[in-house]
Amino acid sequence: MARILKILFFALIVKPLVLIVLGLNVKNRRNLPLSGPAVLAANHNSHLDTLVLMSLYPLSVIHKVRPVGAADYFFANRALAWFSRTVIGIIPLDRSGASKSIDDLFAAPAQALEQGDIVILFPEGSRGKAEQLSRVKKGVYYLVSRYAEAKIIPVAMRGLGRALPRGEALLVPFNCDVVIGEPLPECATSNEFVAELTTIYSDLLSQCLTKTE
Amino acid sequence: MPFDLHLGLPTHSWTAMVAVIGLLLLASLIFATKKHRSPQQDFTELGLRIQSWWWMIALLFAALAIGRTTAIVFFAFISFLALKEFLSITPTRLVDRRAVFWAYVSIPVQYYFVSIGWFGMFIIFIPIYMFLFLPMRMVLIGETSGFIRSAAVLQWGVMLTVFCLSHIAYLLVLPIKNADAGPVGLVLFVLFTTQFNDVCQYLWGKALGKHKIIPKVSPNKTWEGFLGGLVTTTISAGFLAPYLTPLSIKQGFAAGFIIACAGFIGDVVMSSVKRDLQIKDSGNLIPGHGGVLDRLDSLSYTAPLFFHFIYYFQY
Repeated sequence: MARILKILFFALIVKPLVLIVLGLNVKNRRNLPLSGPAVLAANHNSHLDTLVLMSLYPLSVIHKVRPVGAADYFFANRALAWFSRTVIGIIPLDRSGASKSIDDLFAAPAQALEQGDIVILFPEGSRGKAEQLSRVKKGVYYLVSRYAEAKIIPVAMRGLGRALPRGEALLVPFNCDVVIGEPLPECATSNEFVAELTTIYSDLLSQCLTKTE
Repeated sequence: MPFDLHLGLPTHSWTAMVAVIGLLLLASLIFATKKHRSPQQDFTELGLRIQSWWWMIALLFAALAIGRTTAIVFFAFISFLALKEFLSITPTRLVDRRAVFWAYVSIPVQYYFVSIGWFGMFIIFIPIYMFLFLPMRMVLIGETSGFIRSAAVLQWGVMLTVFCLSHIAYLLVLPIKNADAGPVGLVLFVLFTTQFNDVCQYLWGKALGKHKIIPKVSPNKTWEGFLGGLVTTTISAGFLAPYLTPLSIKQGFAAGFIIACAGFIGDVVMSSVKRDLQIKDSGNLIPGHGGVLDRLDSLSYTAPLFFHFIYYFQY
């Protein structure tokens, strides 16, 4: 049932919205992993980021694509929690600091990876300022270092922070770029990981067509 | 009955559409033979280009065949795609998004005036009302740094992609003067002549091209290509005009001349925009062609100029 709801939601609402109202310039689509376990590590500017990334997937595998989202935001009330869990398939992440350990914090996404899911994560942690890259955090590193089989695919997006930035309700149509990178090489330390990913993001962003000031 | 109907289309328009599909079939056949003869060569790009042509022609002809309203909505949608692409590649400020929203609103309004055939409003709505309104909306946002540049980009985008392109749609609501071709004939004439000119300039340039015309903007454009295209297009348009439009042969030559020159200019203007932004294509919506603007560059110049030429002489 949940799977049908998710397919209908993406087929009837998300895909037409992304294709017609937004419009994507996808670069290196062949780098997109169609089977898990894999982590899409994308930069974050807008709520649309998640929907755009999921819309790249064919409906037949969309149930395997699971975004990680802030528990305090996407599970704030019962209706929203139902929608987030059932229709989009969000894996809640506790940002309150109540988790006792890193293992505890990443238990749910780690389990998804174990099932062979494709997990979407935003290493910046939040949307931040529109169209500006915030500091990359180490979370993804800790998650994947516990689950070495999963590859990390860096994805850079631009334009969505213009279409629907934080704190705005009016969606204004803009084309946006989605540049998909090669799988990230293995990193020995979390600092190395952060440096590597930051470099890759700026390289991928330089390949975008769209411009903002 | 004044004219013979095929799918509700007047004979001449119907025949022209069949001819275009014939040309496309021919292109596909030549492509298939070439691919078969030299299998080691990479034809992916050309293949995608032809495939996209099939899609574009199919959508356009379907819209034109279904009826006037559908066709007008179709052109409005093309304007939307073009404006969106223009505003995405040119640097507008993040704070301008609400002004940009109003620029989009101009599309349904402009095409509504087209659909009811209100010529006066169609011709002044964007150059007067939107022109004055958009900067005012930007003033309300209150950010003055970068104001001039942003306002200019927005105005230019709306003029080129909404006002100029909507002239194609207005051809559909002009009174019928050539019953055998109908209103669709005018649209087919300007679209075909514009694209034909693009192809001719390319082929002449490829065959004889030596003297560069504007090397800084478009290194592949030559005088030979431009003049070859100009002559071919002018002559073909002259003979095509009495069949598809109310124009005489002589007026057809003039229309062809205007379309060939304007098409060239539209092409290099859009090339300059892309060169300034250091991009090759304006998007990747149309496989093998690039973005919508890469396909509409010439048309944004030929459509209004052809429209006003025919409007002056015939209406």
